[in-house]
Amino acid sequence: MIKLKGRVYVAGTGVISAIGKSIPETLTSFKNHTSGVGKVTLFDTVYKDSLPVGEVKASNSYLAAQLSVNPDLTRTALLGISAAREAVAASGVDVQKWRTGLISATTVGGMDKTESFFVDFLKDPSRGRLRNVVHHECGSSTELIADDLGVKGFISTINTACSSSVNAIALGTRLIRHNILDVVIAGGTDSLSKFTLNGFNSLMILDQNPCRPFDAGRNGLNLGEGAGFVVLVSDRVKDEHKLKPSCVVSGYANTNDAFHQTASSPEGRGSFAAMQKALAMAGLSPDQIDYINLHGTGTLNNDLSEGTAVRRLYGDRYPRLSSTKAFTGHTLGASGGIEAVFSIMAIEQQCVFPNLRFETSIPGLDIKPQVAFESNINVSHVMSNSFGFGGNCSSIIFSVT
Amino acid sequence: MAVYIKGMGNISPQKTWGDEALLANPSDYSGSKLSAIEPDYAQFVDVKQLRRMSRVIKMGVAAGTMALRQAGINTPDGIITGTSFGCLEDTGVFLTKLIENNENALNPTPFIQSTHNTIGSQIALLLQCQGYNQTYTQRAFSFEHALIDAILELKENANQSLLVGGVDEITSYSHTIQKRFGIFRDRASSLNLFRNGRKGTVNGEGAVYVTLSGEKGEGNVVSLDSVLTIYNSYGSELKQKVSGFFQETSLETSEIDLVLLGKSGEKDTDADLENLAADLFPGASLGAFKHLCGEYPTASAFAMWLGARIIREGKTPAIVLDKESGRPLKNVLIINSYFEKYYSLILLRAC
Repeated sequence: MIKLKGRVYVAGTGVISAIGKSIPETLTSFKNHTSGVGKVTLFDTVYKDSLPVGEVKASNSYLAAQLSVNPDLTRTALLGISAAREAVAASGVDVQKWRTGLISATTVGGMDKTESFFVDFLKDPSRGRLRNVVHHECGSSTELIADDLGVKGFISTINTACSSSVNAIALGTRLIRHNILDVVIAGGTDSLSKFTLNGFNSLMILDQNPCRPFDAGRNGLNLGEGAGFVVLVSDRVKDEHKLKPSCVVSGYANTNDAFHQTASSPEGRGSFAAMQKALAMAGLSPDQIDYINLHGTGTLNNDLSEGTAVRRLYGDRYPRLSSTKAFTGHTLGASGGIEAVFSIMAIEQQCVFPNLRFETSIPGLDIKPQVAFESNINVSHVMSNSFGFGGNCSSIIFSVT
Repeated sequence: MAVYIKGMGNISPQKTWGDEALLANPSDYSGSKLSAIEPDYAQFVDVKQLRRMSRVIKMGVAAGTMALRQAGINTPDGIITGTSFGCLEDTGVFLTKLIENNENALNPTPFIQSTHNTIGSQIALLLQCQGYNQTYTQRAFSFEHALIDAILELKENANQSLLVGGVDEITSYSHTIQKRFGIFRDRASSLNLFRNGRKGTVNGEGAVYVTLSGEKGEGNVVSLDSVLTIYNSYGSELKQKVSGFFQETSLETSEIDLVLLGKSGEKDTDADLENLAADLFPGASLGAFKHLCGEYPTASAFAMWLGARIIREGKTPAIVLDKESGRPLKNVLIINSYFEKYYSLILLRAC
C-alpha cells in the first residue's frame, strides 16, 4: 500500500439552500434558528399544502437573472452554478491556470424539466418540447456548471444517491493527492421535483410536518433542494496563490451497508464502518472529533441506525452533534456537499449548529443533539455523514490547518 | 501503474457471453437500434430476486457475475459502475404512473430502483459486499471514470479485486425521444454502418464488467495501462491531448499495434477520427466497434472487452478490422468519441 503525500486544502466554499443563497445568509439563519422548511410554492403538485419542503426561495427566472444565464437551464444546474461560483470566487484561485476538475453529484439531474415534458409526451410521443429533456442526464448539469466556470480539464458526476456529494469531494481529494489535478471544485446539486416528492411519499417516509431529526417522535423527512461546493487545492496551489485555507480534508470513507435497497441495517454496520474508516485515514481517535454533522434525515429507520452506529463508536461520551436537515430539508445528492460546507463553516466560525425541533431522545439510544447555536468553542475536527439508497454510506472529516 | 484484467463479462447486441468464439457469427440489425442478446438470467440470480429486477439491473448483475466467475472471485473488495442513463425503465414507469394517477397510489418499487446506483448496489447486496461502492454518471466518461477510480484504488492498495463496469439500456421511451433529436436513423444493415456514409447513427446498449487487480495472477494476459478523458476539445487541441497522453504512459505512439476507433457512422466525424489515427498511429492496424454494439454512452466498455479479447487471442476478427498492419497484438488503444464532445482513450497491453 502506498502512502499518499501532500495535504488537500479547502480554499473556498459556496452554498445555496432553503436557509440562504450564500454563506453569510446561511450563517445568519443558523444563528437565528430560522428553518427554511415550508410549503411548496415553486412547482405544481397535489401535495402543495400537505407535504412541507425546504425550497430555495427563488424562482428559476430569478436565479437565471441573478446569474445572467439562460433561464431555460434546469434548476439543478442553476443551483449548482450559484454555489460553485461562490466557492470559486471565495477561493482566490485562478481555475484557468491549473489542472482543474469539476466533480459534481446529483440524483435528480434534469428531472424537473423531464417531468413536464412527459405530460405532453405521454399523450402523443411526437409532442413535448425537446429542449425540456436535453438536460435530463445527470452529467448534463455538471457540463453546464463546468462550461459556466470555464473548466475543461476533468469533469465528472457521481450518483450514489444521498451519499453522492461526499464521494465527489473524496474523489477530488484523491485526484489531487495522486497529482492528477491541482484544483478540484467538488460538491453536489439537486433541485426539488415532483418525481422525488412522489417517490419518497410512496415510500411513506415524508413527514407532513416540519421534520424532527433524532427526536423520539420523528415521523419522516422533508425534502429540500440546493447545492454546496468546495474548492480543493494542492500544496503547490496554496503556496503559489499565498492562500490561507482554514482546513484540510483529513479523512473519508465509502462503504456499503449491503442490507436492503432502501433501509439501513439496525446496527448501522455501513455507517459505523464509514465513520471508523474515515477516522483511521485521518489518524484521529473518535474523541478528537469536536462535532458530527449527522445524516439525520428524520426517518424512523435512518436515525435509529445512525444513532446506534454513533453509540457503538462512542459509547456514552459522544461529541456535539446535530442534523441540519430540520433547517434545509433533505437535499438528496446535494446534501453531502451542503453539509460539507456547513462542517467547514463550523471550523471557520468555531461554532456548532442546532438540531431544530428536538425535544425527546430516541428511547434506548439516549442521544441528545446540540439544541442551540453555539459559538466561541473549539472546533478542530468535524465529521459529516451521508448515507443513501442502495446501502451507500460515506463519511468525511475536515480538520483545521 | 498497470492493473490486471482477471475476468470479464459482457452482455451486448452480439453474442458476447458463453463459449462462443470471438464474434464468430456477428449479428446484423436493420432499423435504428441494437438490442442486447440476453442470457438466461436464472444462471446468475435467484429467480425470486429476478422478478423484482428491471432489465438493466439484470444485465448488470449477470455481467458482473460473469466477470467474477471468470476471475474465480466470490466477493470483490469494491464495485465501481459507470452508467449515463441509469435505470431508465424504472424511471419511465414511475414517471408515467405519477402522471396517469395524478400523484396518487404509486408503487414505490420503480422509484427505489430508479437511482443510478441501483445496479452497483444490487450487486453489493447479492454478494454481501460491504466495501467501496461507487457510481459514475458523466455521459460518455461514466465507464472511463470508473476505470480511473479503480486505477487510483489499486495504486493505493494493489492487493484488491475490484469489479468495474459500464452499463446502459435502451427503453422504448428513450429511443423514441432520442430519435426525435435526429441522432439515430434507420439503417438497412448495422454491420454496414460505415459503408453508406450518412447522417445519424444507431442506438446501442449493453453491460460490461471487468474484474481488476493490482496484482498479476496466473493466466492474466491483459493489463489496463492508462485512461484519459478529453472534454470539449477539437482539431489540433484534441490531437495535442492524445499525443500528451503518451507522455504519461510507458509507450511511444509508434508502439501501438491496433487502434479501435469509436466511429459511429456519421461520415464527417468518422473521417476526423480516422485522420487523427492516421496522423498519430500510421503503423497501427485500425478497427471499429460501434457497428457491433451501437452508439451509447458506455460503448467504450464494449470496446475494452473487445480489445482485451483481441490481445488474449492474438487475432483481430475481420469484422472489426478496417486496416491490417500485420503487427503482433501487444498494445491496443481505444479512442472513443461520443457526439464529438466526449473523447476518451483506454490503453490495454499484453502482460
